[in-house]
Amino acid sequence: MNDVLITPDIDYQALTPMIIIGVAAIVGVIVEAFSPRRPRRGIQLVLAFGAIVAAFVVLVSQAGTRVITGSLAIDGPSVFLQGLVLVIAFVAALLMAERKVDPAGDSFAPRASALPGSADERELSARGFMQTEVWPLMLFAVVGMMLFTAANDLLVMFIALEIMSLPLYLLAGMARRRRLLSQEAALKYFILGAFSSAFFIFGAAMLYGFSATISLPGIADALTANPGQTPLIVIGLGLVTVGLLFKIGAVPFHQWVPDVYQGSPSPVTGFMAAAVKVAAFGALMRFLYVAFGGTQWDWQPALWVVAIATMLVGSLLAITQTDIKRMLAYSSIAQAGFLLVGVIAINPEGIAAVMFYLVAYGFATLGAFAVISLVRQGGGEATHLSNWVGLGKRSPILALAMSLFMLSFAGIPLTSGFVGKFAVFEAAILADATPLVIVGVAASIIAAFFYIRVIVLMFFTDPAEDGPVIAIPSAFTTLALAVSVAVTVILGVFPQPVLDLVEQANVFLR
Amino acid sequence: MSNFPWLTTIGLVPLVGAGIVMLLPRTKTLLAKQVALAFSLVALGLTVAMALQFDANSTVPFQFVESTPWIPAFGISYSLGVDGIGLVLVALAATLVPVVILAGWHDVDSELGSVKGYFALVLVLETLMIGVFAATDVFLFYVFFEAMLVPVYFLIGRYGGPQRAYAAVKFLIYSLVGGLFMLAALIGLYVVSARQLGEGTFDFLSLVGLEMDSTTQRLLFLGFFFAFAIKAPLFPFHTWLPDAAKESTPGTAVLLIGVLDKVGTFGMIRYLLPVFPEASQFYAPVVIAMAVIGILYGALVALGQNDMKRLFAYSSMSHFGFIALGIFVFTTVGTSGSVVYMLAHGLSTAAVFLVAGFLMARRGGSSLISDYGGIAKVTPVLAGFLLFAALSSLALPGLGSFVGEFMVLVGTFMTHPWVAVIATLGIVFTAAYVLRFYQRTATGPTPAALTTITDVKGREITSLAPIVLLTIVLGVFPGPVLDVVNPAVERTLEIVGVTDPSPIVPVVEGSQQ
Repeated sequence: MNDVLITPDIDYQALTPMIIIGVAAIVGVIVEAFSPRRPRRGIQLVLAFGAIVAAFVVLVSQAGTRVITGSLAIDGPSVFLQGLVLVIAFVAALLMAERKVDPAGDSFAPRASALPGSADERELSARGFMQTEVWPLMLFAVVGMMLFTAANDLLVMFIALEIMSLPLYLLAGMARRRRLLSQEAALKYFILGAFSSAFFIFGAAMLYGFSATISLPGIADALTANPGQTPLIVIGLGLVTVGLLFKIGAVPFHQWVPDVYQGSPSPVTGFMAAAVKVAAFGALMRFLYVAFGGTQWDWQPALWVVAIATMLVGSLLAITQTDIKRMLAYSSIAQAGFLLVGVIAINPEGIAAVMFYLVAYGFATLGAFAVISLVRQGGGEATHLSNWVGLGKRSPILALAMSLFMLSFAGIPLTSGFVGKFAVFEAAILADATPLVIVGVAASIIAAFFYIRVIVLMFFTDPAEDGPVIAIPSAFTTLALAVSVAVTVILGVFPQPVLDLVEQANVFLR
Repeated sequence: MSNFPWLTTIGLVPLVGAGIVMLLPRTKTLLAKQVALAFSLVALGLTVAMALQFDANSTVPFQFVESTPWIPAFGISYSLGVDGIGLVLVALAATLVPVVILAGWHDVDSELGSVKGYFALVLVLETLMIGVFAATDVFLFYVFFEAMLVPVYFLIGRYGGPQRAYAAVKFLIYSLVGGLFMLAALIGLYVVSARQLGEGTFDFLSLVGLEMDSTTQRLLFLGFFFAFAIKAPLFPFHTWLPDAAKESTPGTAVLLIGVLDKVGTFGMIRYLLPVFPEASQFYAPVVIAMAVIGILYGALVALGQNDMKRLFAYSSMSHFGFIALGIFVFTTVGTSGSVVYMLAHGLSTAAVFLVAGFLMARRGGSSLISDYGGIAKVTPVLAGFLLFAALSSLALPGLGSFVGEFMVLVGTFMTHPWVAVIATLGIVFTAAYVLRFYQRTATGPTPAALTTITDVKGREITSLAPIVLLTIVLGVFPGPVLDVVNPAVERTLEIVGVTDPSPIVPVVEGSQQ
């Protein structure tokens, strides 16, 4: 009987960034329980921003020095993407902290459990209640995302997926305005998300059945030892990929995206759209590259179909949208398609390109949702496109910023979006996937149509009589907007330093 | 001073000027104008200094070359340089900007928008125009090409006539659509270069001579051609031009038609012919047909115009037909003629629109020809300039446009005699609408409203004099320009792989010196 439990050797120092956020999230819950109402918001803000900044500093200071593999892999891509998640979380937190834009307070319902339209809710609103539970929830989601990009075995990946998703389901349902829409969004997101989690875990079971291990490198070794397409491996690969593609919002697993984007409070939408994509693409790439990199010929054709469908469906459906949040939702689907082109390339250039693209996309998305949160009518957001007519005359600076984000999404040169698209296409060309690039360019031209339409609406159409009100934001939103604009412009004009950075960080360790 | 960054300096001077103009207080409009004029004159002086050092017999394709890596990961660099064609067009831009500033001294005084903004935009536009003609990196060219839209949009949209917003948006949408196709083709070109050279690049000289299968080449050609044909504009992509010309101030119209539209035809010579030689030959019949239709259609529609700005916009469209024709007949005479015509047309456009602007300023801004008449009696000098501008526009022998038009037709005749015959009809129509325009405005009875107007004075004459002078010099002594242009044209046609047909009538021994 030698069954001594061997304690795993854990390099806690390498995990410090995640530990910081996780501890802050737990402390946040305790604060919710015990702190009096008045100082609570202050404490939560300090805790959230402090934890994000501290985690980022630690992460950057030990980047490249601490490299581990095992259940978690702290390597180039995971460090880069974790850093990106933290920066995005910081900017999104700025948007969530905004309290001047909505006359009633922040973007969140005073109490999520109050029935929409009930006397209870009216009373809470009238008394100016605001909740602060969103902060620990957000921090939990950030831990999940960071873990997701580093997960090197299927079980950790699944746990990370759930840690990331559960708080987001809640956050999606907490909008102060149009609460029924928000709750519907949360429910849809939850049910479909649970469904996709089931796919993932079934797939993981199949893969375990094939290879008797849940670690990604282990699966790769098993594949080398037993080549050929057994049902277990095909079904397992398919199901896990479906679970991940769901989080990315790729066609045909995209149906939840428009409803959730539209119903969620705008700061949460921005956070979700930007950060979930970062985490999920990190996980998808690690899964495909590490476990299935040797058998790329088996899964590439299927992903080709998904990528092409995602680019085209996203671009074409976006044209028909009349609500700006839904339009951006379809746009994010199309962007996921462009990102998949980089994933399919399965070369180091592809990894680097996807990481760059995620930076460009993330900040343009945050910025766009920041602008959306400022255009208001009757207290709530004016998201119908007809409300945006003539915005350039009412608020030129805001309209200019929005135009910049649209141009970046459209991939117009001198914006970060162009460099991202270019890098992705270049990687695909190196991998002999030229047809994908041709479809990508065609989809970009289609997509440019609806992005530029927003600009035309804002600048070149006369404003309506009863147009929306442009809220004057506090320093929080202003800073978030400024950061988004700066990143979009700088990465468009002088992308080389970041291109160098992603190039250094483009190898997944096994 | 061989390493002096001439082109960057010339490009930066107006940009700095624009910055200074914008920093001036809103009320100091006179100072803003003076500063703008001074900076544009400095840029002109530098251009002249650079042009004097240009070596026409040089064997290198580009002179005054500068190159700095910009985005090395994608083979993009900040590379400038000019050949003879580029030099001529940079000089044209540098000449016309001070002229426009001086001529448009009071054009925007009554505008709601700020006066300094107008002059700053003109200077920014100058920077971009110089950049677009000097870029030897295709990506850089594209950036300048698209960036030009911004100042032009505001110049039309903020300082134009009553329908200016509509005209500006129409211009913008047309150009953006063209630009998108060009961007797609640009990426395609990069793909081809990455496959062939191992590493993708946007360097123009590396892109010349890439091997492409004909399908790829034709598709990419179309992407670029679409953008250039809208910019030039060729029939049937011209409908934005009359609106834009009518609604903009005379100065904006000069820069728009005189310089900006030349980017389209410049792009055809610089990029389409050398990079896609096979596709250029394949599509030549189509382009020639478009050009000839444009020549005749533009002239006929001009005949029916009662608005002088629209008249000359259609007239320009007709002339752009000649320029495109000269490029796509693939003879040195024709292509050189096109370049000369581009220069001459820039000057004659400036003359026409500025004189028309002076005239309109005396009649409350009306551009309707029927509002005028008999001005030769009241304002003989203005009418004289008007006649000169009109004759320059119809390519009277002895003026610059004649040289260009004649060379284009001779070049066309060498390879496509029938096309030349049909195109010559355009000259007849041109004479008809130009002379009829002069007759209706300058001769006959003078309407009561015009009896008290004053003749052109110092500032107006000063702004027109250089144009008149240059038009005559180019007309009687085109040698220096041709010397500069010809080597670049020959190099281009050599890449396309065509040689001039031998003359049909044998050359008599000893008849050529």
